[in-house]
Amino acid sequence: MAEKPRIRIPKQAAKNEVVEIKTLIAHLMESGQRKDPSGRIVPRKIINRFACSFNGKPVFECELEPAIAANPYLQFSARVEESGVFSFSWTDDDGSVITAEEKITVV
Amino acid sequence: MRFISRRDAVRLIGGTVLAGSGAAERSWATPAQDSAEIGRFTDGRTGEPGKIALDVPEIAENGNSVTLSFDIDHPMTPERHVTDVLIVAENNPSPRVATFRFTPMSGRATAATRIRLAGTQAVTVMAKTSDGKLLMAQRQVKVTVGGCGG
Repeated sequence: MAEKPRIRIPKQAAKNEVVEIKTLIAHLMESGQRKDPSGRIVPRKIINRFACSFNGKPVFECELEPAIAANPYLQFSARVEESGVFSFSWTDDDGSVITAEEKITVV
Repeated sequence: MRFISRRDAVRLIGGTVLAGSGAAERSWATPAQDSAEIGRFTDGRTGEPGKIALDVPEIAENGNSVTLSFDIDHPMTPERHVTDVLIVAENNPSPRVATFRFTPMSGRATAATRIRLAGTQAVTVMAKTSDGKLLMAQRQVKVTVGGCGG
């Protein structure tokens, strides 16, 4: 999980506009189903949770299972009532969390 | 494209005992656990069709990455909104794919992602609303090359 997640979000919005947010993070999403060359199961290691909040308030969250494809892509919406900061977090099975932020201005 | 972290390499080389114990905790949920989770979500009900627009390909060339999106025709006000959406792939080793949690600040109960499908099967999306309704949509996806490592 060395790369920064990629986020596509408008920099500005009208008051109460519903904007589309697209996120992408590099991650193998090891399902726990694959076998290594010697025949042993490769242990599961996935991003199991994604959360998005705006100015501290929850907007959208999801619990991900191994059936989410590698390099998880998540697209969702958010109603923008005021200027502020979107916070994003991705949680790995091992407890580590990657975070990112994006500012948006209401015009 | 496949890389292995030093930590995972150590774990593999270090012996099956170590890898085995790790795998036991974090493997796919058992079918029984998954059924229980899905049952908890639906509470035994059948969802009402017609309100969820579910978009998946009819034929997926690669089961490792199938784009799925949905859009739910339902208000997203504090008084009435979609709260949870569960995606289920009935023939996957573990049928639960993801659970999405929406809030009125989502603005719209819509999302897209990419999923793994182990083979041809029905994909079901179920949604719960704040006023206790259950909605559903289901589409069949034909998978030519299965994903999920098998």
